[in-house]
Amino acid sequence: MADSRGGPLVLGIETSCDETGVGIVHGHTLLADAVASSVDEHARFGGVVPEVASRAHLEAMVPTIQRALKDAGVAASDLDGIAVTAGPGLAGALLVGVSAAKAYAYALGKPLYGVNHLASHICVDQLEHGPLPEPTMALLVSGGHSSLLLAPDITSDVRPLGSTIDDAAGEAFDKIARVLNLGFPGGPVIDRYAREGNPDAIRFPRGLTGPRDPVYDFSFSGLKTAVARWIEAKRAAGEEVPVADVSASFQEAVVDVLTRKAVRACKDNGVDHLMIGGGVAANSRLRAMAQRRCEDAGITLRVPRPKLCTDNGAMVAALGAEMVARGRAASAWDLSADSSLPVTEPHVPGEAPAHHHDHVHEVSKQNLYS
Amino acid sequence: MLLLALDTATPAVTVALHDGTGILAESRQVDARRHGELLLPAVDRVLGEAGRKLDEVSEIVVGVGPGPYTGLRVGLVTAATFGAVLDVPVHGLCTLDGLAYASGLTEPFVVATDARRKEVYWARYADARTRLTEPAVDRPADLADQVAGVPAVGAGALLYDTVFTGVRREGPEHQSAAALAALAAEKLAAGEELLPPRPLYLRRPDAQVPANYKVVTPK
Ligand SMILES: [Zn+2]
Repeated sequence: MADSRGGPLVLGIETSCDETGVGIVHGHTLLADAVASSVDEHARFGGVVPEVASRAHLEAMVPTIQRALKDAGVAASDLDGIAVTAGPGLAGALLVGVSAAKAYAYALGKPLYGVNHLASHICVDQLEHGPLPEPTMALLVSGGHSSLLLAPDITSDVRPLGSTIDDAAGEAFDKIARVLNLGFPGGPVIDRYAREGNPDAIRFPRGLTGPRDPVYDFSFSGLKTAVARWIEAKRAAGEEVPVADVSASFQEAVVDVLTRKAVRACKDNGVDHLMIGGGVAANSRLRAMAQRRCEDAGITLRVPRPKLCTDNGAMVAALGAEMVARGRAASAWDLSADSSLPVTEPHVPGEAPAHHHDHVHEVSKQNLYS
Repeated sequence: MLLLALDTATPAVTVALHDGTGILAESRQVDARRHGELLLPAVDRVLGEAGRKLDEVSEIVVGVGPGPYTGLRVGLVTAATFGAVLDVPVHGLCTLDGLAYASGLTEPFVVATDARRKEVYWARYADARTRLTEPAVDRPADLADQVAGVPAVGAGALLYDTVFTGVRREGPEHQSAAALAALAAEKLAAGEELLPPRPLYLRRPDAQVPANYKVVTPK
């Protein structure tokens, strides 16, 4: 449990995709991580349906906030601030969280911090491994994003080095799982089958690894097509598809490219730490290969536990707490949900000086109610 | 009592404060694309104009639609969150009832709002306080027999005035939280049950079940 000097007490709300997440942190200490997921409602559609997600967020929002407060054993009135994912993500889904966060902050008389989803995925590691090294090199991989980011200051300076030029890594897992009739989401089930298979059984292509290709960008579309073609050829020949070997070989191709480029980015930029976050960071082969390659290169690997890698409110609270601790400006009451918020904007400060808070303890109910 | 009313189910973002006797302040902005940005500042402004504070509010009423979903949810989640923090009751009212109440009509009429996709949300009323039908979503052309020549209010009636031939040009065109608040105050004073604060979507979510995966091998 955090002591009185444990840093700001912040509640974070995340609704950018299909998880309604509410987390509470005290500086770098996780107090609560409540998540309500609508993933089962999307399964039969083979992907996240935005309107289904938005409806589920509305249902789950207030109960999830209440559950987080109960889990953390703190009173809402003790919070130093409310953080919320302002973007990027699904517009309608984001709007539910942003509207709730505004109402919550306003009703409590607390400052509001609209923060970036990607920066939150990085900052969550402070809850697991303590303060982020500066700069931090981060590989973010999920169903929505695949990026290499360099963050000299997670609250104000996040630089994109590279990202996917087509599908996100997690999307490729979902698509191959669909071709193999393994259901949705594809990541966990492919990881499971791959453990029984031979990763060298089939040599699938490694996208964008040629000498003239962009060094830090990713491409998984060609790999996805190659795997689908291979499976169809087997089926056309009337042969059984070796699901375990296909899963292992496909996963190997994805993980090989991700880790190779991440280690290269660390070396090129003289960074001796690598952080991996996002839903795909739960993949066991990615964790193992990253561990080995980082060790070989003298790089310290930081990967949060799987529950903190997938979308959650604790990561938003973690970044919000850092915003408060570093005295960053709060957001205004007209904060927008921005489905394409650039990764270079870790948070969305308000323009009006009335909402600027130099130090969170100076915030009184008075000026927010009047 | 101090009643806060919100409605974001139509292009209007509207907030009002009612003290049981009358309206203390109202805000009404028509901008179908900025519900999320406009609502909280409007709440702040209305409280400021009335010289009251949010924690004095004793009841909340919210328009539950029907209305375009993204905007509708802004009001609903805001009302639910305020209710949870302030620990006060949150009531729902059909958004069309607010428009009906604002019309002040004493004869039978219809209310229609724009449901997009060339449809309207609508209901029939006996008078400004009495709804006769459940709110529905339909193509205007399919309603022609039922609404031709009948007095009609709301942006949906104005938009499809070849069908809603009895449309009243003098309005009301858009929702007013003041009307919603006055209606709620009247119903609460009479001990009437209001609706739970849950959305009236009236349509299932658009979701295409993907056909089996796309074959990539050329035939
Ligand atoms: Zn994410």
